[in-house]
Amino acid sequence: MATENGKRAEEESRQSQPKSKLFLSLRLAAVLATATATVVMALNKQSRRIAVAVVGTSPIRQTFTAAFQQSPAFVYFVIANAIASLYNLLVLLLRPFLRAKAHDILVHLLDEVIFALVATGVAAAASMAELGKNGNVHARWNPICDRFEAFCIRGGLALTASFAGALLLLLMNAFSTFTLHKSVLSQD
Amino acid sequence: MAKTSRLCSLLLRLLAAAATLCAAVVMATSHDSTTIFGLTLDAKFQYTPSLEFFVVANAVGCGYTLLVLFVPPTTSLSRLVIVFDVTVAMLLTAATAAAGAMAEVGKKGNSHAGWMPICGQVPSFCDHVMGALICAFVGVIAYFLIVLHTIYTLLSPLFP
Repeated sequence: MATENGKRAEEESRQSQPKSKLFLSLRLAAVLATATATVVMALNKQSRRIAVAVVGTSPIRQTFTAAFQQSPAFVYFVIANAIASLYNLLVLLLRPFLRAKAHDILVHLLDEVIFALVATGVAAAASMAELGKNGNVHARWNPICDRFEAFCIRGGLALTASFAGALLLLLMNAFSTFTLHKSVLSQD
Repeated sequence: MAKTSRLCSLLLRLLAAAATLCAAVVMATSHDSTTIFGLTLDAKFQYTPSLEFFVVANAVGCGYTLLVLFVPPTTSLSRLVIVFDVTVAMLLTAATAAAGAMAEVGKKGNSHAGWMPICGQVPSFCDHVMGALICAFVGVIAYFLIVLHTIYTLLSPLFP
């Protein structure tokens, strides 16, 4: 009985070898994507001196700044992506120690939670970015991207990286679900 | 045991369908206008892409939930339903997040961008949006419980 269980465990671990390479690469790519998004958005700041009035012949210039801290959606975006990249890095580093089935299930559940976090962060930041780019005529909100181009471009890059990270996390969740269900079916 | 879990799943799905339907309808009927100094300021959900996405996502979620109630369990179709459940849950979460961000800007404005808050001028619109967001949050929590329940019932042989 013990040798049968041992043989089955060996088979399962051999079957999961190519899958574990897939998970490893997906998780590494997700770490890179979310870390890029965090860093690019956290360093996103642009100041411009714009002339607000003219006294005689000399214009009075005032410095206007656009920074990610000014919008709560962007702050949440940075925090969510930071948490996601740190969590995935942690799982990658602890991989040799996570071998039990219960650990697999825990990692799967946490993966779902982290994916939800990243998805909400990117959704909120994307709606804010759309508002900044197009404005809202009916609310008399002017777009800001025509004045702060670099801020908008960097924000767009961070959003793209986070979208890619969210997609990678979704693929990882799907594969993990299939793997877990297949192992349950094979046990029946 | 199987009957209780089926009943639980049915109740959760009905709750999710009701909540998403409520959210979509309340957001779709949000409309208010006011006149300041002869200028008419009116607020509709169609003026903001995030709120449009919110209405569409909740309508899709409601329709999907009602459709899934007719899928018999323990067939290959029910495995597909699991995948779609997670997808729709994520769709609803993203829609709620986007609408929430837009509602926050509408309520507090953004002084750095020169965006004035609008809730003082169109209070009925803001109330509708708040009601729709609350319903959508209930729907998201219901879907989260559905996904947890599915994982629990399908993976129960693995739990000691």
